[in-house]
Amino acid sequence: MNDREMIKIENLHKSYGSLHVLKDINMSVYESEVVCLVGASGSGKSTLLRCLNFLEKRQGGRISIRGEEISPETHNINSVRQTVGMVFQHFNLFPHKTVLENVIEAPTMVKKIPKDQAIAEAKELLQKVGLLDKANVYPSKLSGGQKQRVAIARSLAMKPDIMLFDEPTSALDPQLVGEVLATMKELADEGMTMVVVTHEMGFAREVADWIVFMDDGRIIERNRPNDFFDHPKEQRTQEFLQATMLK
Amino acid sequence: MPSFSHFLHTFISSKDLFIDAALLTLKLTVVSILIGILFGLFFALLKISRIKVLEYISNAYVFLVRGTPLIVQIFILYFGFSGIFLIPDFWAAALALAFHNGAYIAEIFRGTIQSIDKGQMEAARSLGMTRILAMRRIILPQAFKRALPPLGNQFIIGLKDSSLAAFISMNELFNVSTTLGSNNFDEMTYLLIVAVYYLVLVAVLTMLVSLFEKRLAVSDR
Repeated sequence: MNDREMIKIENLHKSYGSLHVLKDINMSVYESEVVCLVGASGSGKSTLLRCLNFLEKRQGGRISIRGEEISPETHNINSVRQTVGMVFQHFNLFPHKTVLENVIEAPTMVKKIPKDQAIAEAKELLQKVGLLDKANVYPSKLSGGQKQRVAIARSLAMKPDIMLFDEPTSALDPQLVGEVLATMKELADEGMTMVVVTHEMGFAREVADWIVFMDDGRIIERNRPNDFFDHPKEQRTQEFLQATMLK
Repeated sequence: MPSFSHFLHTFISSKDLFIDAALLTLKLTVVSILIGILFGLFFALLKISRIKVLEYISNAYVFLVRGTPLIVQIFILYFGFSGIFLIPDFWAAALALAFHNGAYIAEIFRGTIQSIDKGQMEAARSLGMTRILAMRRIILPQAFKRALPPLGNQFIIGLKDSSLAAFISMNELFNVSTTLGSNNFDEMTYLLIVAVYYLVLVAVLTMLVSLFEKRLAVSDR
């Protein structure tokens, strides 16, 4: 872990019409840190994550990636996105392409890497997520867990510095959650900077460096995992944890 | 009603004229549908461009075409412009049909493009693809696959609509059948014959479309 600031969010605001979903968010993520965003549905955590990849337009505030302020007007968002990978709740694999084609699509079409090289790198990534034997099948043949691992490999193929995960296990059958979390943990152990929106409290406790609790569009508490779960500072955090543990 | 043997006899004796006419009908249909697909794709993309002026242009096109009869459109192109420039009858008919089918195909493409899950575009964009690249590589291939059944339907309509080219004296199927029918005082027989030709063409077209659908369905299996 070091002091290099990978993401810096200052005074971020986001509204959908009159609905104010992010209220003055300030947050930093340093290199190799894993930050888990937790909170109830509708608390704004997914929206915050999507703002980091500029999938949502913000109404105010600043976002800097690796010390460089990014504004959609002045920057080429596409080149920023190449350094920030994103994994979605519903995988969003390209159904008309095989697993291998999914993984090489962006490297060959965006980065213009020669196809041979892209294929070699893709196979390494598929090996890493344990799906090399599925390289030539279409996504419709895969289980949810396998799809999500392919989606992770597809993101990694762009060699991002930061990975964003938007509820990566929420759409999975319970017995498939473990394989995806294991892949993510491996990635964290390798030093990838990660921001993870999750409901998996066990994963958050084990893997996260920081837990950020959101409620009603605000960051309520930012704490180390053990303190967060054992000695939460805020009343609302305590209520949330109680409700989560009871379910 | 003509007897079956009379029908069969007439069918065989007239086959050379009808086959020529069928080829012209087919050529007219294929050319107009291919151009119609280009028109359709172009106007569908205008419609989803999120640029107001382009959306209006696309809407106006669809409104004009859907709001006026095809025969009027063919006549405008063939006779209406004859004072300014002369369009050969084949191209007048082909372009009018393309212009006409294009509006319906535009609506088909727009619908199927918009039916592709939003997550597909987001995933493509999150990988650094531009909107245009994502459209070309990710959205359109999926949308086209979904568009095939309604497109096949539109092809069949286009094939039958090409009969209106008879009214600018093209010797396509319908014109040949009415001409032969009145020359021989035997309209019914020739109308039944031309119906058979249309049925065969439509059957072949239907088969081709479903063959194509099966080939594109590989990724669903």
